[in-house]
Amino acid sequence: MGQIIAGCLAPHPPHLVYAENPPQNEAKAECGWEVLRWGYEKMRKHLKALKYDVLIVHSPHWRTQIGTHFLGVEHLKSKSVDPIFPHLFRYNYDLKVDVKLAESIHDEAKKLDLEVKMMRNPDFRVDYGTIVSCHMTNPDWDVPIVSISSNGAAQYFSFDVMQAQMFKLGEATRKAIEASGKRAVLLASHSLSHRHFVLEADPPEDMSKEHITHHGQYLWDMKMIELMKKGKSKEMIEILADFDEQTISEANGGGLSWMMSAMGFPTYPAEVYAYGTVIGTGNAIVEWNHLEKGVE
Amino acid sequence: MSAKGVLKGYLLPGLPHILLCPEKNQNWMQVRKAFDRVREEIQTSGADILIIYSTYWPSILGHQIQADPSPEWVHVDEQFHDLGSIPYKFKMDATFAEVLKQKSTERGLHARTINYQGFPIDTGSVVALKLLNPNNKIPAVIVSSNIYSDRAETIVFGKAMADAIEETGKKAVILVISSLSNRLFTKEFNYAEDKIHSLKDQEWNDKFLELLSEGRLEDCSQLSRQFHREARIKKVTNFKPFWWLAAVMGQSNAYSGEVYAYAPLLGTGAAVAGLTPGVEKASDLEYDEENVEKYSGDRHVLDISTSIPKPTQDMPEMGPEYE
Repeated sequence: MGQIIAGCLAPHPPHLVYAENPPQNEAKAECGWEVLRWGYEKMRKHLKALKYDVLIVHSPHWRTQIGTHFLGVEHLKSKSVDPIFPHLFRYNYDLKVDVKLAESIHDEAKKLDLEVKMMRNPDFRVDYGTIVSCHMTNPDWDVPIVSISSNGAAQYFSFDVMQAQMFKLGEATRKAIEASGKRAVLLASHSLSHRHFVLEADPPEDMSKEHITHHGQYLWDMKMIELMKKGKSKEMIEILADFDEQTISEANGGGLSWMMSAMGFPTYPAEVYAYGTVIGTGNAIVEWNHLEKGVE
Repeated sequence: MSAKGVLKGYLLPGLPHILLCPEKNQNWMQVRKAFDRVREEIQTSGADILIIYSTYWPSILGHQIQADPSPEWVHVDEQFHDLGSIPYKFKMDATFAEVLKQKSTERGLHARTINYQGFPIDTGSVVALKLLNPNNKIPAVIVSSNIYSDRAETIVFGKAMADAIEETGKKAVILVISSLSNRLFTKEFNYAEDKIHSLKDQEWNDKFLELLSEGRLEDCSQLSRQFHREARIKKVTNFKPFWWLAAVMGQSNAYSGEVYAYAPLLGTGAAVAGLTPGVEKASDLEYDEENVEKYSGDRHVLDISTSIPKPTQDMPEMGPEYE
């Protein structure tokens, strides 16, 4: 039987890829955001040893108000240019999609009355949230991905409605993975607090200018991380709406709620690899490892 | 007073259905025909630049200005990918973009030009340029909608645009890409049965259509906050397009207005409306000023010692103590 072996909070600031200077990205940096990048290094090394078959990523930058969509084309190759930070992220991607697993999650979600759709257009450009989280987790791109959109229900209805939908989507994801026989790693692609600076340092990687936008956001980020470290994922999800309201959090896209549901709301401590800010937003790299904790 | 060089301003919807499948709903086809009419007007207007403010292009670091002279791509909408791909090649006025950046900076704004191969031009701008300027006869410029920018900053950005038009001596047509009410249906449905999402959205759309048909642009601007509360999903801080458009066109009601089409588009309010400066059909209908260019003193709206107009059906009699 397949299983979720790990789930990770995997934020997607394009600055991290920019600072890594991979050959795929046209923009080049001197350095920058090392604490977060080194955190990703530790996480990817740890995950690699687990020998996973697929990365499943939920991204708030693929926004689809009419239901949840899944990439449904086996090979996608193009260039992703970040509409907000085009000077930092112009990334030539070439990726494989596990379409069969994506279809299976789609079908399971449909059984739970969720609105779902497969994306079959070969000209489709993959969003930068998906690409950054996947690149930072697996820069070799030697494992196929499943990419899931965010449906914006938190804005259209309420945070609670969004969470209810994400809990169902998590359940559908778990069932499909179990039926697939594969070892899957889930990625919730988002930051914690998300109030940006509206100006940028010159150069952008000038770390003397990098800090949290304000202390209140930092305190909230620390509260969330404390709950993660104590294994209190249900408590974390219960206060997520308040966290979102106070910090303009990117969790309103649903990634963390989806992932926690798929993983059955872990009660063991998560591994926090790093916390750092990017243009004022709070970002944590965190892993919940079912395999090591003996969760089946 | 209208801004120099602005020939006309238009409000246009940005969803791709108008370009890719208008035939799926007879009301969408009316919107498409309205685009066709706007195209004819623009192409014969003598305009030498099309200026687009698109609510489909968000920015965070100030205001972004498209400055790639010849952007080319095959665009696919992130949500309506099943409707098909849209190949495009546009012509941008990079020189004007630099002037706008300079004028924005002079007014205290953070602005930058964008010129990167493969930059994702937003669906709303793609739809407008494909339908209204198919042969790239008129060069264009596109500006972003900053998600944190509220009224004051957005109005100043509009004034910076007016500065740039005046300095370059261009004859400009302004295109604002936005729905009125913006609540999309969240489930798939039969396109032929499209309707406005709620009666309340419809009523607010009606109010804005009434104002637009009378050329009351400044009144639309003044009502934007209220409209945002009543008829908009709160995806961004506020409903900005009329703030910006009014600032570019002169912050008054001195226009001739016409609504070319209005229809539900997946539940949202899709309106094609045009505003022509100088006709001043509604210039005596200011929302809260008599003259936006010159202060003419207190209007004594609360001073009962001055002459009180005779009651009308909208203003009940106040009682003997006021006589």
